[in-house]
Amino acid sequence: MAYRSRLAHICSSSAGRLGCLQRSGNTDALSSFRRLYSWWSSVQPAPRDPILGVTSAYLADTHPSKVNVGVGAYRNDEGKPVVLQCVREAERRIAGRELMEYLPMGGSAKFCELAVGLAYGEDAQALKDKRVASVQALSGTGAVRLFAEFIKRFQPESSAYLPVPTWSNHHNIFRDANVNQNTYRYYLASTRGLDFEGLKEDLKAAPNRSVILLHACAHNPTGVDPTPDQWKEISKLMKEKEHFPIFDMAYQGFASGDTQRDNQAIRIFLEDGHQLACAQSFAKSMGLYGQRIGCLSVVCADAAEAAAVKSQLEFIARPMYSSPPLHGSLIVTTILSDAALKELWYKEVKDMADRIIGMRTDLKKNLEDLGSKHNWEHITKQIGMFCYSGLTPEQVDRMTQEFHVYMTRNGRISMAGVTSGNVKYLANAINEVTKV
Amino acid sequence: MAVATDASRFHAVPMAPPDPILGVSEAFRADTSDLKLNLGVGAYRTEDLQPYVLNVVKKAEKLMLEKGENKEYLPIEGLAAFNKATAELLLGADNPVIKEGRIATVQGLSGTGSLRLAAAFIQRYLPGVKVLISSPTWGNHKNILNDAGVPWSEYRYFDPKTVGLDFDGMLADMKDAPNGSIILLHGCAHNPTGIDPTTEQWDIIADVIQEKEHIAFFDVAYQGFASGSLDEDANSVRRFAARGMELFVAQSYSKNLGLYAERIGATNVITTSPELALRIKSQLKRLARPMYSNPPVHGARIVANVVGDPALFDEWRAEMQLMAGRIKQVRQKLYDELVAKDKSGKDWSFILKQIGMFSFTGLSQSQSENMTNKWHVYMTKDGRISLAGLSSAKCGYLADAIIDSYYNVQ
Repeated sequence: MAYRSRLAHICSSSAGRLGCLQRSGNTDALSSFRRLYSWWSSVQPAPRDPILGVTSAYLADTHPSKVNVGVGAYRNDEGKPVVLQCVREAERRIAGRELMEYLPMGGSAKFCELAVGLAYGEDAQALKDKRVASVQALSGTGAVRLFAEFIKRFQPESSAYLPVPTWSNHHNIFRDANVNQNTYRYYLASTRGLDFEGLKEDLKAAPNRSVILLHACAHNPTGVDPTPDQWKEISKLMKEKEHFPIFDMAYQGFASGDTQRDNQAIRIFLEDGHQLACAQSFAKSMGLYGQRIGCLSVVCADAAEAAAVKSQLEFIARPMYSSPPLHGSLIVTTILSDAALKELWYKEVKDMADRIIGMRTDLKKNLEDLGSKHNWEHITKQIGMFCYSGLTPEQVDRMTQEFHVYMTRNGRISMAGVTSGNVKYLANAINEVTKV
Repeated sequence: MAVATDASRFHAVPMAPPDPILGVSEAFRADTSDLKLNLGVGAYRTEDLQPYVLNVVKKAEKLMLEKGENKEYLPIEGLAAFNKATAELLLGADNPVIKEGRIATVQGLSGTGSLRLAAAFIQRYLPGVKVLISSPTWGNHKNILNDAGVPWSEYRYFDPKTVGLDFDGMLADMKDAPNGSIILLHGCAHNPTGIDPTTEQWDIIADVIQEKEHIAFFDVAYQGFASGSLDEDANSVRRFAARGMELFVAQSYSKNLGLYAERIGATNVITTSPELALRIKSQLKRLARPMYSNPPVHGARIVANVVGDPALFDEWRAEMQLMAGRIKQVRQKLYDELVAKDKSGKDWSFILKQIGMFSFTGLSQSQSENMTNKWHVYMTKDGRISLAGLSSAKCGYLADAIIDSYYNVQ
């Protein structure tokens, strides 16, 4: 620092000072100066993403028994990522196509049509009436972000209500879109199930016409879903309060194995006449994680309104990324518009769901066989990719440090990472850290 | 059960205005005339006016299909091999900036997404600082800055009298701006004018930016596509980097690799130390996560495969020269036709002096509308034509249309 202060009185501006230092040839002083005078000296390192950071830590670990039950990406029973056969076949068909021109800002119209048919059921009246505005989006994240920006612009007086807990990135999305956010009770730790009374109280207490984020199926991170009867009650209550439902559906087909069972919450709400929105992702259900393919749809009053809403969503997308990426939309369109490929997909997604359901059963049984005194029923009652184990952050840290088991600190286990090869090891680790 | 229309949450939502650039192609598609010509969006066409998928891209996709790689999430910052390749393409592999680790590179959603990420970073870390954009500039620049909440103003750029660069105006406006502003520059092949500063002028621009302690923000959407040479087209950015300046650079592979629809580009921040680069990168990731979580893999793999294979890389250079070459040819043809048909002696040489995909014809809005309404020539209302959409065969027709619009319409 001595050089900086010695030269400071000679050169009057920081640009001048920089020039003096450059000429002085003193590289250490030059580095110090640069660190101090850079535009970005005040930029702090960002905190690690709580979910994606887990995988980086796992990859860096060299322990032979390490287990990754962190991020929600499906693995087969060998612990390997899977590319579905229907996807490979779709790619063979689209390879070498002549066209790579820009998609429209709202993405592929054909893709959107197929996506919303899947989400709402092909016989949905809203679709027949052509009053669903839909745009291709950057997977689930991009769909929720478009929706948040739209709400900010057209319903600025409404706050968004997110369940406790929810996927952590939901909070980031609404915050970066500058939408005021609140929470409603969802998970009840004592039962490892739904806090239905708390949920209803909080939705009643929220100001009318609030925006309510709901997980359509396979709630992330808890795996706890309302029953169909509970959904009907929620729908009725939300109608009374004139709340606006936004469904985040990232696991259609992946939860129960049946796409038209996994969307039943949405169909219940449509029956009740709600205007709703749906953010769909094909990342898990078609294994297209890296393609970033999803859809945001908004049910409107009529076709004219749907056209206006769609145009506004495109208007939001244009300065974000101009138009969405093509490849994923071609894969989904190829699969969903070919009867045989679609059947193959249905089978493959059911196989994935079944493997996970099987692992849930195995994990619970292993824990019981080890003589664990705790109640592990929630493992098989919860649904979808995740199990909210009930482990405390301290217990999770022990899982990682002592057993090299990688998971998020909220106690969430990605069941997709559990295999017949590691389920005993995992059960043992859980049993050890939860022993009384 | 129907929804009562007066209860709709969205009944007050107005129809958004059509995008001035992308809307042109939609209008073109709806036109049934045989004479129609699409000189709207900047997407390259062959002499037969067909879209062009580069051979190296087909080969790369075939390789990728054979490798059968998985479709897992990329990290938030994108494909590592792509990030390395794109920084090296921009600066040259042996550039000290890269060797010293002073660059933060994050894969982005083509040029738009990369600009937006940088703008979001500026909004967060330089709140209130203004970005100066050229007058005119690509229409979406304003939308990006507006939606990111970044204030902007314009610096003079296009001189309608000379149909060239208003260099004095440009420098004066940069000097007038408060110290520490951000100057958005087009690395090469300025969009929409096609008018680039000379090397000498770039050096003077850099001097002013340094004097005023501004920060330069380069939009590089046409590297390799303008002159045909990747290195030549990166000249402006490299000269600035060589001065030790901190820079933003947004890159796109839409045009030079024809990967328009795959949305592949990068946000780069060149800074003064590797520690800073790491911190900046972490904050760029934090902005990307609530926008799209992680970027799409397909386009990134194509670029990495092409750049990573010396034979494919050479082939790519050749294809770029072909594309840039066809555009130069078509500029010459159009100029020859205009000179032959226009007896007034007007100087049309700006068509030859401009570079890249676009030409700013100097036609007014009503003249541009005449081009469309009377001649079925689709272009943007600011007088911009995309030469990438022009064939030699149609140069005569276009010359007629331009001459008619210029002289007969006010």
